Amino acid sequence: MDVSQKDTQDPLGALPIITPGYSYASITDKLTALVLTKNTPAAWFAFMAVGFTLLMGLMMSLGYLLVKGIGIWGNNIPVGWAFDIINFVWWIGIGHAGTLISAILLLFKQDWRTSINRFAEAMTLFAVACALLFPLFHTGRPWLAVYWLLPYPNVMGLWPNFRSPLIWDVFAVSTYGSVSLLFWYIGLIPDLATFRDKAAKPIVKKIYGVLAMGWRGSARHWYRYETAYLILAGLSTPLVLSVHTVVSFDFAVSNLPGWHATIFPPYFVAGAVYAGFAMVLTLAIPLRAIYKLHDFITMRHLENMAKVTLVTGLIVVYGYVCEAFFGWYSGSLYEREMLRLRIFDGYYPWAYPTLLVCNFLVPQLLWIKKFRRNITVLFTVAMFVNVGMWLERFVIIVTSLSQDFLPASWAIYSPTRWDFMTFFGTIGLFTTLMFLFVRILPMISIFEMRTLLPEAATKSKPEGESH
Amino acid sequence: MARQATIESPLHGLMAEFDSAQALLDAAHKVRNAGYTRTDAYSPMPIHGLAEALGMKERKVAPFVLAGGIAGMFAGYGLQYWTSVIAYPLDIGGRPLHSWVSFIPVTFELTILFAAFSAGISMIVLNGLPQPYHPVFNAARFSMASSSAFFLAIEATDPKFDAGQTAAFLASLHPREVVPVDH
Repeated sequence: MDVSQKDTQDPLGALPIITPGYSYASITDKLTALVLTKNTPAAWFAFMAVGFTLLMGLMMSLGYLLVKGIGIWGNNIPVGWAFDIINFVWWIGIGHAGTLISAILLLFKQDWRTSINRFAEAMTLFAVACALLFPLFHTGRPWLAVYWLLPYPNVMGLWPNFRSPLIWDVFAVSTYGSVSLLFWYIGLIPDLATFRDKAAKPIVKKIYGVLAMGWRGSARHWYRYETAYLILAGLSTPLVLSVHTVVSFDFAVSNLPGWHATIFPPYFVAGAVYAGFAMVLTLAIPLRAIYKLHDFITMRHLENMAKVTLVTGLIVVYGYVCEAFFGWYSGSLYEREMLRLRIFDGYYPWAYPTLLVCNFLVPQLLWIKKFRRNITVLFTVAMFVNVGMWLERFVIIVTSLSQDFLPASWAIYSPTRWDFMTFFGTIGLFTTLMFLFVRILPMISIFEMRTLLPEAATKSKPEGESH
Repeated sequence: MARQATIESPLHGLMAEFDSAQALLDAAHKVRNAGYTRTDAYSPMPIHGLAEALGMKERKVAPFVLAGGIAGMFAGYGLQYWTSVIAYPLDIGGRPLHSWVSFIPVTFELTILFAAFSAGISMIVLNGLPQPYHPVFNAARFSMASSSAFFLAIEATDPKFDAGQTAAFLASLHPREVVPVDH
């Protein structure tokens, strides 16, 4: 089978997007059988057990928080924002890679995105859900937070302050969550119809049937579907760039040394994509092994993701350089002192060097092809980036707040066990949702995989003409 | 195989099955050229040019998105203007009540939100979904349309439809088989 005709091969190498030899029927059967089966892999139960245990920890820590108040967390003046905002920014950033893969790579006609876009979109949704928990519970009494977060005609006649970046953030993140959910669901419809038609049990057939809304693959439906899908991709692209830009405004609009920098929006967006691709790799590598998806998530995908990780990582490092330069060039005593304390002898002297090792030094391994194609190295680098990007937010938020203008008001921040329990709890929530998703929904977009097969290539004849 | 199509007939139409996307596309062109208008094609993935080959001219999704986006923009800006200037004017840090620069991010987000939901909802509604029942599902092999089979249907309501002639015409397109589809 000549796969190269459909440009499924890397022009620089010989790695295909799909291992050759699949037909419409076999690709459908293979991907459908991952879900419509009674055999759940043992590893699924293992991951689910860990995730679910951590999730119970989250329930417990949030329950205790609602009883006692946010005093159980370590943040206190001057460090009013700590784990809650670090984790919020970390999770939101992770989500960005999903949208980048599903929307931006679609617009750039990067066919290889097809194998990974569905679960990357799911990752976006679950990451946004984890992120939203933090600011919501940081309010202490979330049921009272509604009137200053959302504009609705309340009995006090109060409205949110639209001049504040924090309220922009509410709109940006909730729009992002809603649009991502819509994009994900619309992408799922044709595959849900496949599940409906393939399911053997009547009840399973019925559930997927309701979710598929009666999709029958009509040419007119496909036409409108593709139009809507492309428009959604086009809308998601500026949206995803705006979300982390607005998140960075939360910091950049303030006057705090270390936060008040114009480089923040692009620097945050690059950091988000960087962290997100590392997380996609962190998920793709085990899923590929557990579900034996080597034919669909090939070395080509892993290598491409490694390249994106490397490039965005370098943009992030450029952000570090700019940040330091701006601090020095500002001539402001406070900016220069903040830099000295952040990098050399502040309260957290270990943080900045560790950050540079994780985000700058280790990812440089990805310049070498041998390492990009080595699963163990890739996974290790991805884990370093996951940690590094969390540390980056720790450095930005905590070092800037703990030692600002007035030395008399400096204070060391240290997280409590509840901070850790909540953070690891959201990792549990994320893992649980992710593994539930791969068990009940198609983790690879089946209909889009069909379009990548060489037999899907068609030539339209001009009317009335015969070749 | 061909049955008589009368007014009382439960016949929805005739459906031909093809082996490949290319065969379906070629057949669609021929069906259109033969003058049939009430036709539809079914495939497990989008095939470029197929809807146009069947004579689809509707382009409504994009205008709905534009309208949704503009509505979202006005809703976003209007909400902020009304709450900050009219409903609850509050001096915050000496900034003007109508701080239009600060109103841009929310305006932008709501533009995207409304436009995106217009795209999704207009696609679903124009497609007539959710649709719990459709006659094509009565065809025995139609469950393959979501995995590996390609179908072309000429409906009995087509002005040119004649059970015998249409069946013969479909058979001339070299399909895998032609079957009648009941309501």
